[in-house]
Amino acid sequence: MSEHSHGGPVLTAHRAGLMGCRRCGRVWPKGQRQCARCGSRLVQPDRSGLQAVWAWWLAGLIAYIPANLMPMMRTQAFGGLKGSSESTIVGGVLELIHYGSYDIAAVVFFASVVVPVAKFISIAWLAIVAGRPATVEQAHTRLKIYEVVEFIGRWSMIDVFVVAILSALVQLGFVVSIHPGPAAAAFAISVAFTMLSAQSFDPRLIWRGLPLRSRTED
Amino acid sequence: MQHQPIHDIETGKGLIACPRCDALHVEEDLKGGETASCVRCGSVLAKPRGGAFTQLIALSFTSVVLLMGAVFFPFLEISRLSFGNQTSLFGVALAFAEGMLLPLVVAVLLVIVGLPVLRAFLLVYTLVPLVKGRPPHRHAPAAFRWYEILGPWSMAEIFLIGTSVALVKIVGMVTVHLGPAFWAFGALILVNLASRSFMCHTTIWDAMEDAGLPTDTHRMIGAPEA
Repeated sequence: MSEHSHGGPVLTAHRAGLMGCRRCGRVWPKGQRQCARCGSRLVQPDRSGLQAVWAWWLAGLIAYIPANLMPMMRTQAFGGLKGSSESTIVGGVLELIHYGSYDIAAVVFFASVVVPVAKFISIAWLAIVAGRPATVEQAHTRLKIYEVVEFIGRWSMIDVFVVAILSALVQLGFVVSIHPGPAAAAFAISVAFTMLSAQSFDPRLIWRGLPLRSRTED
Repeated sequence: MQHQPIHDIETGKGLIACPRCDALHVEEDLKGGETASCVRCGSVLAKPRGGAFTQLIALSFTSVVLLMGAVFFPFLEISRLSFGNQTSLFGVALAFAEGMLLPLVVAVLLVIVGLPVLRAFLLVYTLVPLVKGRPPHRHAPAAFRWYEILGPWSMAEIFLIGTSVALVKIVGMVTVHLGPAFWAFGALILVNLASRSFMCHTTIWDAMEDAGLPTDTHRMIGAPEA
């Protein structure tokens, strides 16, 4: 893992007065606005791009509040005679613990609570420390965290799909029926916004604060 | 290694900047199976595979066929006592068809069926001229760019995991029958994995450029006239 962190001099496109395309990697002279190969907008690796990260982050956080307060699913047993229960995300986990299925409860808790919260914290932290001086090791850690956040973001949609499948499938008329709750929409929106927030983050910022060669620590 | 390619530090010709850390690299033609990694952050810059374009086209068509099957065949069926219910993929999306959740119907259909089909066609549109040795279609760069942008939003594999989680939750209470659509989705995941192992976007961008895409020497899209 550490053999690629070589200590030799590295020239960045930014330092060479050029601009690298974030989508296809093609390099263009500074001042060009659009990559002539893939058509992406060319942006400098600077902190102004973080505004978009924070905007999507905040929007995702706001949507995350109703996603937890409102019910995710409504279960109706025996035509409502045995009562209908509404469960929020955390409520569903507590229910699973109540029935003794600790392993499933742990999985659901991890996927629906730990991962989203960790994602918010990670993106915020990456945006705060972006462009600050760092050692090569720290930069590698940050990039690893960014890649995990980027990879794991879409997997949070599992919850929304579970609600959809259960609601479509468990429709046994009088016996039991499951209906989706408004939190499903809020949760889906929150996941989409955090994905956009992570995508807006420019990982090149992680490396901006690094000395380009090991001896230029003047 | 074998030859010194032409690169220009003034215009950026023949150079690659790592999209993750901005380190400059001199572009080299890799042989199939070779991997180029960034010297600074270790990200994979290029990983071409021999015959990948043909494979990718074939896999794209396979995924469209599987998705059609997944849409039109029954997905899941449950029964308990004398009661039973079955659902298709549309049924799953339509579960949200009440009140303010309505937009989710469109969103779910898009991320599990619409975008995978669209991406398959975008990739075929990009690659077919390259395989035939012709210049790329006029909108090929836009098509491939959108293919990449839409990647994270195509969630077929996540949907399958969601199905498994849902089944684990109800399998003790009801009898579950898995329909053909479920297996089509399972196969789709394998096709996507295979497709991912052949996909090297740097190689495709390079191939488009080499096959006659208008770039710096011909026409500058949106470049300032200076």
